[in-house]
Amino acid sequence: MKVLSASHINKYFYEPEKFQVLKNISFEVRKGEFLSLVGKSGCGKSTLLYILSTMDTDYEGILEMNGEKLTGKTQDQLAAFRNEHLGFVFQFHFLLPEFTVLQNVMLPALKLGKYSAKEVEERAYQKLKLVDMDGHALKQSSKLSGGQQQRVAIARALINDPTIIMGDEPTGNLDKKNSEIVFNIFKQIAHENHQTIITVTHDPDFAKGCDRIIEMSDGQIIKS
Amino acid sequence: MNIQISLQIAKTHLLTKKKQTLIAMLGVTFGIAMFIVMISFIKGVNKFLEDSALDATPHVRIYKEITSNHPSLIEEANPKAFNVIHHQLPKNELANIKNGLQIVANIEKDPAVLGVSPQIGSQVFFNKGPIPVAGQIAGVDILKEDKLYSIKRRVKSGSMEALLSNPNGILMGTILARNLNVKVGDKLTITTPTGNLKLVKVVGIYGFGIQTVDGVRCYANMSMVQEILQKDKSYVTDIHIKMKDSQAAIDYAKVLKNQYRYQTQDWAEANSAFMTGDKIRNAMVIIVSITLLVVAGFGIYNIMNMNVINKMKDIAILKATGFAGKDIVAVFLIQSIIIGVLGACLGLLIGFSLSYLLSITPFDAGDFLAVKTFPVIFNIKYYIMGLAFGVITTILAGYMPARKASKIDPVAILRG
Repeated sequence: MKVLSASHINKYFYEPEKFQVLKNISFEVRKGEFLSLVGKSGCGKSTLLYILSTMDTDYEGILEMNGEKLTGKTQDQLAAFRNEHLGFVFQFHFLLPEFTVLQNVMLPALKLGKYSAKEVEERAYQKLKLVDMDGHALKQSSKLSGGQQQRVAIARALINDPTIIMGDEPTGNLDKKNSEIVFNIFKQIAHENHQTIITVTHDPDFAKGCDRIIEMSDGQIIKS
Repeated sequence: MNIQISLQIAKTHLLTKKKQTLIAMLGVTFGIAMFIVMISFIKGVNKFLEDSALDATPHVRIYKEITSNHPSLIEEANPKAFNVIHHQLPKNELANIKNGLQIVANIEKDPAVLGVSPQIGSQVFFNKGPIPVAGQIAGVDILKEDKLYSIKRRVKSGSMEALLSNPNGILMGTILARNLNVKVGDKLTITTPTGNLKLVKVVGIYGFGIQTVDGVRCYANMSMVQEILQKDKSYVTDIHIKMKDSQAAIDYAKVLKNQYRYQTQDWAEANSAFMTGDKIRNAMVIIVSITLLVVAGFGIYNIMNMNVINKMKDIAILKATGFAGKDIVAVFLIQSIIIGVLGACLGLLIGFSLSYLLSITPFDAGDFLAVKTFPVIFNIKYYIMGLAFGVITTILAGYMPARKASKIDPVAILRG
């Protein structure tokens, strides 16, 4: 079953001069797939990821996720879609520093408003347990180490049980040990929970362990 | 949109930056406090001046206008001709209101009227020693006059009732009595413009607290004034009217003018200088208050703007995890509103305390005004206005940074 389909995606940068970053990209992703986007710096893989993330809407082509056509929707509709169906893990962990670990994980779920605050808290503890961070739940998130923050960010990405989890070099800023932990968590999520994972990575070890690798060069898919 | 979650984020932001929050709040507090003090004080001054002016002036005065501006005989006889008349003089006419007492009786029947007092007014000289002091004498029915101006309450020495039993008695203003150095029981001579003399006895001294009354006016019985002016018993020059509602007097004056064909003057016209002063002071309050609030507003705008710039990463994260633009606007607008409401409430409290202190501060205005402390009005309306101004300013000042926050492109920030 496909959860994501991108067809004929073209993207241009206009500064400093018109330049085509993505050239007619089409591919599909199946449910439960653990997928890596690899390629040299500047090949357009991050740009593609941000288009897939729905945050970048300045492209040509058609993007569908979960059977829903996302191209042409308003920012607010896309925000609601991200909230329910997508989870994000970034390179620089990006937690809200004023909030506790637990609050950081709970926020997207409170926004979704599907469960009561009490249930959300319970689910947040479950997700934190999954990444082995439940012991730090009440700490201020700025007090954690990088690896710990990244695990909390994964728990946050999982809180609404999204169909797809996207990562922009989720291990790019971590040491070998923490990278392994993150990789194992991703693998578990994909294979046990059947959630789809799409990550951009530079780490060849990380990419090797994935189910599928899409390699890009000069804005085109050269191997998939 | 989920307000609760935006509120929670706003609260956390404010509490982690307590100092900054406090400074933004104090800007509003100061503006609102000054607004309250100024409006309470200036409105108090206006009210005080209006009251003291109204105390001594009738709501409506009916009088006969002596003017040279009347058609001449030549014009009446030969209206189509080209007539030139040099130096036209007033006609020799009496300053009285014909059927004055009858008019008084008619007006008294109106239920909207509080009291009517017929008067005979004249310029006189008071002679005590060699120098004549100019003043006015008002022949009145003192009981009717009392109903209009509560003379009895204003008598400082002697008594008002003594005038009833003493046909040659007068009630004298405090400042005039002091200038003439007379006390209750003293006698002095008055001279009318036509040269008649009369020996009168001071039976009481009153004070309105207004120099233009206390320094010139004496009250006497109607019959005595009629006698010294050599007029008959029905001679009346002025009719003073007090209404139950002072605002109704302005229209009532016009009605009376049309009905009796005499000149009328309402209190607002008689005190137009005061009224202009009122307007200027009110305008001043508004200008200064707006200035203060605009300054407070810019303070909030600055702080919220910096806040938004500092929180770019957080905003990007919130957007990535599914917060819509309006949620972000809510997060930052709620912060401004909290700052505005708390700041304004604190400002009201400080404003109230300062105005209270002002209202008990002794203030010596001399003879000119009968006031012992600064006049201050405590009116809930001003406090509601202050709160509303404060909140509206902060919403306006907070909205622009909040909108800017909602427009942040998360991709640009998350990609680094």
